[in-house]
Order: sequence, then C-alpha cells, then structure tokens
Amino acid sequence: MYPNSFRYFRPSTLEEASATLSELGEDAKALAGGQSLIPLMKLRLSSPSALVDLNFIPGSSYIRRSNGTIHFGAMTRHADIENSEIASRVPILHDCAAGIADSQVRNRGTIGGSVAEADPSGDWGPVLLTLDTEVHVIGPGSSRTIGLPEFFLDAYTTVLAPGELVKEIAVKAPSKNTAGAYVAFKRCAPVYANASAAASLTVEDGGACSAARILLGCVGLTAIRASEAEAALIGKQLTIKTIETAAEAAMAAADPQSDMRGSAEYKRALVRVLVKRAIHIAARRARGERVEAGHEYVGRI
Amino acid sequence: MLEGFDRVPVHVRVNGTLYERTIEPRVLLVDFIREDLDLTGTHIGCDTTYCGACTVLMNGANVKSCTVFAVQADGSEITTIEGLAKDGKLHPVQEAFAANHGLQCGYCTPGLIMSTVYLLSTKQKPTDQEIRKGIAGNTCRCTGYQNIFKAIRAAAAADDNG
Repeated sequence: MYPNSFRYFRPSTLEEASATLSELGEDAKALAGGQSLIPLMKLRLSSPSALVDLNFIPGSSYIRRSNGTIHFGAMTRHADIENSEIASRVPILHDCAAGIADSQVRNRGTIGGSVAEADPSGDWGPVLLTLDTEVHVIGPGSSRTIGLPEFFLDAYTTVLAPGELVKEIAVKAPSKNTAGAYVAFKRCAPVYANASAAASLTVEDGGACSAARILLGCVGLTAIRASEAEAALIGKQLTIKTIETAAEAAMAAADPQSDMRGSAEYKRALVRVLVKRAIHIAARRARGERVEAGHEYVGRI
Repeated sequence: MLEGFDRVPVHVRVNGTLYERTIEPRVLLVDFIREDLDLTGTHIGCDTTYCGACTVLMNGANVKSCTVFAVQADGSEITTIEGLAKDGKLHPVQEAFAANHGLQCGYCTPGLIMSTVYLLSTKQKPTDQEIRKGIAGNTCRCTGYQNIFKAIRAAAAADDNG
C-alpha cells in the first residue's frame, strides 16, 4: 500500500521544523516515529501534502534527571525508555514503555509523538497524567510550557497550535511512599488495549492512603480521571473493601464505546478489574516491594 | 534543509553494500528493499504494522519495514535476511530454525529470524518470557509457535549467536 504523494522536508533543528510547519500550514504534518501516522497514510485515512521529518534532528532524544525531574526529549523512543535506568526508577514509566505494541514499534515510536497524537487509546496519556507532567513546546519564534492536564483537549486534539511541536516531556519523580502502576489489557501485543488503568498512591507509614490519582485509558475521548475513585481511597486503609469501592467508582466514571475491541459493558467490567490490580500493585510498590505490572495479553505468560 | 517531492536522494547500506538512489519520499522501506534492491527475502504480510513479516534491522534494531519510509533510512545500516549467512554458511539462528523445524509455510520466517537476531543481540540468555515478548510483534499462522520457541532457545544456548 502506498500513501498519497507528499512533499518531504528534513530539518536539522526543531526551530527549523517549527518554522517549516508553520509556513506550510495545517495540511503539513510532523513525522516522529511514524508508527501511527504511516499506517494512517497507507490506508489514505490521512493524506498530508507535506511531511516534516523530525528523525534527523540531533539532540532531540534524551533521558535526563535533574532536581527530581525526569526530562524526555520528544524523539525518545519507547525502547529507550524501556531500557533506561533513570526511567525504571519510576516503575509506572517502565510498565508503560515496555509494553507498548511490540519491540519493532517500540524501536521507532516516540513519547513526544504519542503525546502529540493524543489517541484516546494511547498508553502515555493515562500514565503521565498520574504524575506531575509538563510539556515543553516550541513554536515559530516562541516556546511555552503546558501542564499535561491542560495539554489534552479531546480525542486526537491538543492545545498545540499549527507550527508548534513538542520539545520535551518533563515528569516530576514521585516522592517517598508514592508509587504507581499501569495495567493495560489487550488481545495481543501489536494492538491497542481494550481498556487500561493507571494508579498512583501515597501510602503513609501507618498504611493509610494520603494521596491518589487514578486514570482510565481507552474508555473515553481522552484519558479519564476517576476522581470519585480517588476520593474513595484518600484517608483510608487500603483494605480489599476500600479498593473494591474505588474500583466501582472508576467503573462509573468510564465512558466506553462499543466497538471491535468489545462492548461498552465489557470494557466497563474490565475497568473495575484493571483498577483493582493497578491499586494493589501501586500500594505494594509504595511500601517498597518490587512488583511486575504492565500490558497483559495472551501469550505473555 | 533537504526537501523534495518527486525525487529525494537516499544513501543506505544494506547487508554491507552501499546503495545510492533517488526515490519518491512515499516509497516504503520494504518496497525499496524488495523492488529497487531486488532483495525479496523480506516479506510483506499484513502491510498494516501488525504481522512483522517485513521485519529488518535498522542500525541494529528490529523495525517493521512497511512502516518506515525509505528516505528515513538515509545514512542507516540495514540488515535483511539475505545478510545473515556468511560464506555460504547459515547464521546460527537460521540453523536453529532449520534444526528445530521452527516453520511450516515459511512466510513469516524471515521476520521471525530478524526479531530473534535482535533479541539475542540485546539479551544473550533470554528467559522464556523474554523470548515471548521478543517475538510478540511477529505473527505465525501455521506453527502454533512451539517449535519457534524451541529454535530460539536452541539458538540462545548455542555459543556463537553471530
């Protein structure tokens, strides 16, 4: 399958990329890892007149930690995050990066591309929203920083203006006693999840939960923050009953559509299970345990 | 800044040989490899970033060549299934697939072998779980995967993975 013809641009700096996109207008698209855009172009669901290839820009891929913040260059591949010591110290980041699609896609796909695409089934959205995440954006002749909750507007829609590009994703590393977990359920590795849940909890020495963030993926136009579920946990001991109450509140917050990945009822039921798992794992991690989490699919063992 | 519509130059080293061509930007890496370079060992299966039949190594990392534009491989080193055998001798991973009957129709085999070569280049002694994860992006509709696992275990156990 061939995409429609397009004009190809290969800038060597992000500034140049931004200026080019801005000149070309809204019909031009930035090409990051291409693992969503190229399939869409091959199916002719997207036919941009021009592509601005970001893959040849030196210094756009990095993972650094400074003053308790982890900085990801926009062109950092999922595989780089999967294999990063720095990122693995925040287990929820590893949960996410290590299970996105398959090894081939992780070797190309980027965190910046994923966030900028704002696919409601994307993995990074719910995960990064459980953390304090900022998006550094570069535009023609200007730059700005946007909190991730304000960055996503709707399905496939962000606050990025034409010509603006994600430059960096900055994630505040969680404090002591705080940990998260991401659990995504999918039919097999290369596909999007049927539903996913990300949880971040602060567990005090006495066992009470003092802060919680719970995000749901694939069950709304954007990742959904399950505030009622969070409220059900805060100030409480994390007993099975408390967690069940939170999971039921999350289920009510989900707004899934019936599609080829399952009926709305099925996805809602899945949310309840995934939220419980994510809370259990996050709580154990917050107490210092090492627990595996991530994407679950048939054949993963 | 490089820019082009009809023709864009691409310099790419495939299996050790440098190729210089001018191509349309919309040409996919898999079609460039198969049609322009006549290396038809790399297969097109689903053509939708799912099945992995088109897997090649790009600068050592496995990628789905149906989901990379050939212009993006400019300056890269590509290894295809044809690049594995040396001096008429099969690569140890190829040997292991043959010895363990890790294939039936063989259509997915080049992709599976490239993903295995990548896996063993990153993890010398992968666990069963790491093997499953390593080939999760490669679909086989014949074997049920059991002999493929056996082949990969055998390749990992062999001393020299090339």
